[in-house]
Amino acid sequence: MNKIVSKARLSDEVFRIEVEAPNIARERKAGQFVIVQTDTEWGERVPLTIADADPHRGTVTLIFQTVGVSTHRLAELEPGQSIEAMLGPLGNPTHIERFGHAVCVGGGIGVAPMHPIAQALKQAGNKVTIIIGARTKDLVILEDEMRAIADELIVVTDDGSYGRKALVTEPLKELCGAETPPDIVVAIGPPVMMKFCAEATRPFGVRTLASLNTIMIDGTGMCGGCRVSVGGQTKFVCVDGPEFDAHQVDWDGMLLRLRAYKSQEDAAHKALHDGGQCRLDAMADDARKKAEAEGGSR
Amino acid sequence: MNMHNAGDLGAKAKEVLAGLDGRELGNKDRMALPVQDMPCQDPLDRARNMEEVALGYAEAQARIEAARCLQCKNAPCVSGCPVSIDIPGFIAQVAKGDYHAAADVIRKTNLLPAICGRVCPQEKQCQAPCTLGKALKGVDKAVQIGRLERFVADRERAAGGAPMPRVAAPTGKRVAVIGAGPAGLTVAADVRREGHEVVIFEAFQKPGGVMVYGIPEFRLPKAIVREEAEKLERMGVSFELNYLVGRTRPLSALLEEDGFDAAFVGVGAGLPKFMGIPGENLVGVFSANEYLTRANLMRAWDRERAATPIYPSRRVAVLGGGNVAMDSARMALRLGADEVHVLYRRTRDEMPARAEEVAHAIEEGIVFDFLASPTEVLGDEKGAVRGLRVMSYELGEPDASGRRSPVAIDGSEHDVPYDTVIVAVGNESNPLLAKTTPGLAVDRKGHVLVDESQKSSLDGVWAGGDIVLGAATVILAMGEGRRAAAAINEYLRAKD
Repeated sequence: MNKIVSKARLSDEVFRIEVEAPNIARERKAGQFVIVQTDTEWGERVPLTIADADPHRGTVTLIFQTVGVSTHRLAELEPGQSIEAMLGPLGNPTHIERFGHAVCVGGGIGVAPMHPIAQALKQAGNKVTIIIGARTKDLVILEDEMRAIADELIVVTDDGSYGRKALVTEPLKELCGAETPPDIVVAIGPPVMMKFCAEATRPFGVRTLASLNTIMIDGTGMCGGCRVSVGGQTKFVCVDGPEFDAHQVDWDGMLLRLRAYKSQEDAAHKALHDGGQCRLDAMADDARKKAEAEGGSR
Repeated sequence: MNMHNAGDLGAKAKEVLAGLDGRELGNKDRMALPVQDMPCQDPLDRARNMEEVALGYAEAQARIEAARCLQCKNAPCVSGCPVSIDIPGFIAQVAKGDYHAAADVIRKTNLLPAICGRVCPQEKQCQAPCTLGKALKGVDKAVQIGRLERFVADRERAAGGAPMPRVAAPTGKRVAVIGAGPAGLTVAADVRREGHEVVIFEAFQKPGGVMVYGIPEFRLPKAIVREEAEKLERMGVSFELNYLVGRTRPLSALLEEDGFDAAFVGVGAGLPKFMGIPGENLVGVFSANEYLTRANLMRAWDRERAATPIYPSRRVAVLGGGNVAMDSARMALRLGADEVHVLYRRTRDEMPARAEEVAHAIEEGIVFDFLASPTEVLGDEKGAVRGLRVMSYELGEPDASGRRSPVAIDGSEHDVPYDTVIVAVGNESNPLLAKTTPGLAVDRKGHVLVDESQKSSLDGVWAGGDIVLGAATVILAMGEGRRAAAAINEYLRAKD
């Protein structure tokens, strides 16, 4: 059992929770993830990246988006309540060294796992440029935290509601085309974004890593559900990854595999909202109404 | 029609038993007694439910089956048992009707008889050398030792379970058991009895290892595994679930910083093997590990309640010929598939699966395509499986081992439509612990190297089960666990 000590709603769909997990807080390194289960009888095992950890407090911070039933259940938990099971830290830590100039590209919720990686890269003496991308202003997360780390921070939104109106690949290409291109690029975000980051850096020959979040059950090297073709070889994200050379990943194959349970996930998700079971919808509505009543705008 | 109806089999056994009228039996009489079939759920019913298939002997059946045992002085059966149960000893008690005494005999060497009675490949172990089977010219005519073992264990469970093993006074020594599968649970019991403190570290949310994630409910009810874990808890063993040694904490830290005096590594099988053919990463191709874990541990068979999804399958191909292949095929049927095929490159005789499981699968309507193996998984425009390209084989000349190896028939490739492919061709070893434990010697395939007492290359560290053996069985894992526990107890005594 892992007690939630604090919780914040970063946007309609994005939550940050700080959870008691002293062992994980002590051992985790940048790039690793956990598997959480809100209900060990019937619940799903959900892999989530670690956004931060405090070994002294014995807590880890998770930032997640409510994309399906299980993440909804997780978001419904309040401080004082517990997650029934949390396993980790899983996966290989990011290989950190002094590369020179490192560019960290975080898209959407992918900014969360990028945070400890950017931190570690900075500590290792790299010049760190961070690109944060989001669909819209509301979905920009960890801007202040990233600004504190970055030598340069670039924020882009798809709709131009905040920062520059662009996809992350635009500033990424500009950086790669500069007189002194980056020595390494790390991209974390939606698979499509990572795929296009790989395509953006490929012509410049800039080494690019991507952190994959595939379908996974045990996360310990047993089920093989997380397999992905990298450089023509089958690799397991949980024990060989989660980070791989983005230029070698078979992105199209991975995108297809991610959709394996799409129809079932969509049906469950729809049932949750339509059935009025989703407390988060109600909470969000209340918050919106309250904000409107106060004359504020979000 | 159900050939194995419990009522019919029980009634018939009663008649036979009454006919014996308590008289002294000679070997000829014993040999003439009918082999007692295992009562089972009707094949058509059970193929659509998750309840246990085999129902267990009625008492009269057990008495007759026990009476078939010739009580051979040399007891060849015992040498076939990986944990050397005194088989004639316990069977003699069953024949007398003293099931309590029978359970006591088994318990001396086997801690988990309700499990072994169900999942051991008896026809390859204790029943293979059985004198009666030899005399009657068929291993299927041997004394049904496994069924008797199950009968005895189930009787005892029904009567409230085995008496708690005595736990010696605390020694102050601590033992870490890594992995709560059959090997680890066995070690924990044996080491705890000596009075040592035992902590079992398990990565999953439930103890049992392959007995909960792999072997399905219809073959091994999870309640039995749970009872065994609870018994250990009552003995004072503690469980650290959701704890992956090697990641949550390195093994070396358990020994050097956390005060454990010894450790047992029983982390089980690892990464699933695939065929290495094109199309294996298509949507709809699963390792048996994944398929079964979803269905068993995550309970995806209960679509209403489980959050974990399972792939909707109509036509399923299972690749492989072992128990895991049988479990996958029969699970797919229970999850609603219309047609399930098992593709195996050799023939039924060479299949490594437990004979009873193959027979059950056939009864349930699983189709066996022998001498067949795919060369490619075919996909549609959405990247989902649409079929297999299958090569046919014939048995060639015997090789050095005397086995006739399959030879591909040129030009025999043909396409067969499937929407799901489950690959059950074994596992590689899990690299995690070796990778995170400096000095732990492994072989080329990543299996932990051990000596005859199961001791690894590291001081104070023993290992057993699939991480040593590769893909083996529950009982072999238990056997290794018993050996390791004896060595650990010895080591801790000497440490005083």
